[in-house]
Amino acid sequence: MMLQVFDWILLLVIVLLAWRSLNDRDLFRAVIKFIALGLLIAVAWVRLRAPDVALAEAAVGSGLTGALILSALVRMRRREGAAARTQREDPE
Amino acid sequence: MPDTDHRLYLLAGAALFVIGFYSLLVQAHLLRRIMALNVMGSGVFLVFIALAAQTPGPIPDPVPHAMVLTGIVVSVCATGLALALADRVLAATGRVELGDDEDAAASSDATPVASDARKEKPAA
Amino acid sequence: MMRRLLLGILSLALLAALSWAVLSLPAKPTGLTEASLAKLPESGVTNPVTAVLLNYRGYDTLLEVGVLLLAIVGVWSLRRGEWPANDLRDRPLLQSLLRVVLPLLMLAAGYLLWIGGFAPGGAFQGGALLGGALVLAMLGGRGRRVLNHERLLRAGLVLGALVFAAVCAVTMLLTGGLLQYPPGSGGTWIMAIESAALISIGLTLGLLYLGGRPTDTTPPSPPAHPTKHA
Repeated sequence: MMLQVFDWILLLVIVLLAWRSLNDRDLFRAVIKFIALGLLIAVAWVRLRAPDVALAEAAVGSGLTGALILSALVRMRRREGAAARTQREDPE
Repeated sequence: MPDTDHRLYLLAGAALFVIGFYSLLVQAHLLRRIMALNVMGSGVFLVFIALAAQTPGPIPDPVPHAMVLTGIVVSVCATGLALALADRVLAATGRVELGDDEDAAASSDATPVASDARKEKPAA
Repeated sequence: MMRRLLLGILSLALLAALSWAVLSLPAKPTGLTEASLAKLPESGVTNPVTAVLLNYRGYDTLLEVGVLLLAIVGVWSLRRGEWPANDLRDRPLLQSLLRVVLPLLMLAAGYLLWIGGFAPGGAFQGGALLGGALVLAMLGGRGRRVLNHERLLRAGLVLGALVFAAVCAVTMLLTGGLLQYPPGSGGTWIMAIESAALISIGLTLGLLYLGGRPTDTTPPSPPAHPTKHA
């Protein structure tokens, strides 16, 4: 019975977090929620008796993908900042 | 384990897929689209593993587990490649959104490309 | 706004259709569990997932290692990678943490590789840990000396695919079937493939984080002729 309540709560949080992660205004917060989503999905794998998949998801699906997107975000912000600065320096 | 558990996971997988699908169509920023693709993939994996967990007996079906494992690794490779491509798009065109200008202006993280801003001001 | 509303309705319709489809699947399928468990003693490992990955459906895993190689080749063709964290070498807390955590991660990766034969684990999970260790090292400002040797990196990246393809060729010669291991020696072949794949997967995942071909960190010599670039 308690496990069923846990399933309900876990899946509700997963679905809500997925929605909020993809529709958040701030991109940085969205990526952080995406990483948290990956970890919760790893818990879902454990509940579904799939420990191999849980190991891979926690390490690669959540951690590495989140790190990749975060590093790309920082790189893009830096590149946009440099582009905006060169635009402003051009005589208009 | 009662049946209702696995049906819940199946529905959650379908919900994740549709959430990712909607966000993929609606969001203009490339990074959000890449995240939406990942969420769609996670939804599909959830359905797979929930189906595998339905087998009676102590050991769940290993074939969907292996497929999802492969899927996760391919997913992260595709994400890495997509992020490199997105960086090239930004370097080549100066903007990181795809889609019409109204979508880009509506989203809050629109890149203020100077020439576009100058074009939009007299029209507003 | 109309467009979003239309897409929202379409998505809800898709959700309804998918829910109906997913709930109308057979209630208690048996799948391939009995078949895979029946042949498990002859497969060379006792973890059914590893047996499926590297014995029953080894061809899929060969293609997956190929996809890993393809991804890193694609990323290297597109960009030059920038080293993250130029200034984190002077943080003593981070450096002492790395000194403890990095060897533990490598040990855990090897452990997961070994235990994949008879418990949850395997080459992919170990490779994921190794990739994470590489990312951590990059973030702590370490590893530049090793990552300057591009030939070593290329050899490591290709190792998994090469060994896998070599095992395919050898087993084809020995038994006549693609990835059909000679009876009794399946475990050895699987271990060989997994060990090579561990290194490749770890390097691939870590270098995906770098985001491109590693730039040479030796200080540039002053240019002989001034170059005219736009």
